[in-house]
Amino acid sequence: MTDAPSYLETPSSPKLKGIWAWLLTTDHKRIGLMYLMAILFWFGIAVGLGLLIRVELMTVGETIMSAETYNAVFTLHGVIMIFLFIIPGIPAILGNFLLPIQIGADDVFFPRLNLFSWYIYIIGGIFAVISLFTGGAPNTGWTFYVPFSVQTESGVTFTVLAAFILGMSSMLTGLNFITTIHRLRTRLMGWLQMPLFSWSIYATSWVQLLATPILSITLLLIVIERIFGVGLFDPNKGGDPILYQHLFWMYSHPAVYIMILPAMGIISEIMPVFSRKAIFGYKGIVASSLAIAIAGSLVWAHHMFTSGMSDTAVFVFSLLTFAVAIPSAIKVFSWVSTLYKGSIVMSPPLFFALCFIYLFSVGGLTGLLLGAAGTNIHVHDTHFVVAHFHFVMFGGTAFAFFGGLHFWWPKLFGQMYNFKKAYISAILLTVGFVLHYIPMLILGLQGMPRRYYNYLPQFETGNFFAGIGAFLMVAGMAFMFINLLQGLLKGERAPADPWGGTTLEWTIPSPPPLHNFSEPPRVKSYPYDFSDVKKKKSAHGQV
Amino acid sequence: MEDNGVEHILSYPKLVAVLCVLFGLTAVTIVVSRIELGILNIWIAILIASIKGSFVLLFFMHLKYESRLLKMTFVGTVVCLAILIGFIFWDISFR
Amino acid sequence: MMVDTASSDKVGVKLGMWLFLYTEIMLFGGLFVLYAAYYTRYTADFIQGGKSLDLFMGAFNTIILLASSFTVAGSITAVRRQKKKMALGMVFTSIVFGLLFLVNKYFEWGHKFEIGIYPGSQTLKQAGHGKSIFYGLYYVITGLHGLHIVIGMTLLSISFYFIASNRVHAERYVVLENSGLYWHLVDLIWIFIFPLFYLIL
Repeated sequence: MTDAPSYLETPSSPKLKGIWAWLLTTDHKRIGLMYLMAILFWFGIAVGLGLLIRVELMTVGETIMSAETYNAVFTLHGVIMIFLFIIPGIPAILGNFLLPIQIGADDVFFPRLNLFSWYIYIIGGIFAVISLFTGGAPNTGWTFYVPFSVQTESGVTFTVLAAFILGMSSMLTGLNFITTIHRLRTRLMGWLQMPLFSWSIYATSWVQLLATPILSITLLLIVIERIFGVGLFDPNKGGDPILYQHLFWMYSHPAVYIMILPAMGIISEIMPVFSRKAIFGYKGIVASSLAIAIAGSLVWAHHMFTSGMSDTAVFVFSLLTFAVAIPSAIKVFSWVSTLYKGSIVMSPPLFFALCFIYLFSVGGLTGLLLGAAGTNIHVHDTHFVVAHFHFVMFGGTAFAFFGGLHFWWPKLFGQMYNFKKAYISAILLTVGFVLHYIPMLILGLQGMPRRYYNYLPQFETGNFFAGIGAFLMVAGMAFMFINLLQGLLKGERAPADPWGGTTLEWTIPSPPPLHNFSEPPRVKSYPYDFSDVKKKKSAHGQV
Repeated sequence: MEDNGVEHILSYPKLVAVLCVLFGLTAVTIVVSRIELGILNIWIAILIASIKGSFVLLFFMHLKYESRLLKMTFVGTVVCLAILIGFIFWDISFR
Repeated sequence: MMVDTASSDKVGVKLGMWLFLYTEIMLFGGLFVLYAAYYTRYTADFIQGGKSLDLFMGAFNTIILLASSFTVAGSITAVRRQKKKMALGMVFTSIVFGLLFLVNKYFEWGHKFEIGIYPGSQTLKQAGHGKSIFYGLYYVITGLHGLHIVIGMTLLSISFYFIASNRVHAERYVVLENSGLYWHLVDLIWIFIFPLFYLIL
């Protein structure tokens, strides 16, 4: 193995110097890091906005902001979290960095398009900022329902254009990854030799490609309505506002699968490594990933049970929603079965993965309550919904993202972090999470509406404790990032394979050189073959 | 991984033939639209448009000579759109 | 087999272009969802609306776009047979046809504006919900389509320049092919717009 300098020290072209070696890079690894920085920046802002929401809700009546400000804060929190953090998150950061390596390729198929996608992401973020100055922050909620989104004087136009631009970044990334997987898999890397994280990126990419344009046209229509008053959703001009909701959710429901599929892919990588055992049901997980992508596109109107659409539609979409739960359950079952009779080694990535399995399952089960049309009427637009989607998007996707960061941090940077601090941060985060969102489930069942600035006095206790939980969560996350950063600055050097993995990224140096593979990658006939992984004394990075 | 050898070139006569078919079908669809067929009119119009579209796809866009992957993903996309349009009628038709 | 520079993998580049075309299909698809819903609700008004559109203009534009698809396909044949002048002529003709299409559209829209048919107008308000929606969809769909004609013409112009400067030739014509694919898609979308607006009589 040659001692080539790492990608952190090597520009993708020798002509690039200084900051331009990053801003003009076509190296998928550097682009992944640039996404990491931009996305974590927006994540921090959105967390701050979330904290403001929960502080405001800690007491009845006005606590720290006016009602108008509150509307803007929860709108921005949602828009930023969804379009600037969760949807790009795992694919743009970990997908970019790891997909080519996992399939034995040197880069993605369209490296310059990859860089272009990053710039589009940045421009989308800038448009979101501009919206604050063109009429003030949007106050419609991230769903931009008509008629309010057409009539309100707040900066909806620019926010919606920001989402449109971010959608293009998402689409082009999906396009790039699909082409990469079809054309650049190394010799002997057949479809059934591909790791499950790569499979999850593949399924996600198709959803990104085909569903995002529906959002694009929907957002364009809002802008057109605001400027030209065409009336396509205006009942006064013959329009149907429920059609807006249909179009909006035709994207936004598949979008949640864009969020969760890569997260599930991460869990599918972590579980076998720390069970020292092949994943249970590799083909089942592949099939369920594709099934989720497809079936998830057929259930969008379960967000609309109380909108006024026909009873037939309510019935059909409720039925299909229950069907979609099945492939997800198959995965949970497979992950747990992987642990069974495995040689389990605790590590921060595994800890996050186990929390994921619990929190995601709770989120999924609360989803059944929402998917059943009758019970939906009771909990629609209450805090029950808010808790549900935070369980799956935060307890699910974000926890998997954190687990993935802890799993692949040594590979990205060649540095380890402190395990004890990682566990403490994870525990703090999880305890805070549970204290924060379980009261919301109860409050929702008791009838507290979402997006309301004020509430009935009997809801105050629950909200107060939820607020405490919020602070614990944020403290946990802050501690987690500080620990990872400290690992970068003063941590131990990481070996190529600190965990005992079987996928290709663990066969190259940590951090990798510019050109991923100095010799042709040796592909196993089964990606989770642990037969020649020697048992290490401990998983604590001390090899 | 498929690697096309020498790719098929469409000759001018063949291209002209396709264009004539397209012109012909355009004439047909205009004529048929003037005949009162009630609800059938729109479906026939869509059918003829689909046939015209197929000629553009298969020959001008070369899809007939492309890989199975391209053919399947194209059909998949159209099916996806058809489902979106179709499923809306669970709502629209039963209000 | 590891491809050193992915851009030398023509099959891959073509796959990327087709994937992009799928996004365009879904983009217009959203508008067709709206059309399907509103046609069902306002069938009589849509029929009236269809009759009020200029069938000759619509048919003429259809013919123009079909012919321009032919010339674009022909330009690829010409490039591959190393007939540079023929290729340039074909691409140029396609661009001219595109321009002609836009000019027609300009007159069609202009005429409608003159008689008070535009989004938010009094005339449309009085014409009733169905007509208002019909014309709303007409303007949005043909407007978005027109924007794509402009994009297509830009791509073809770039291809024209590349052929002229020998950057596109018999051994290397993927840019022309992909620009052509985009143009054909624009034609394809019009093939559906034409009957849905002009032929529901």
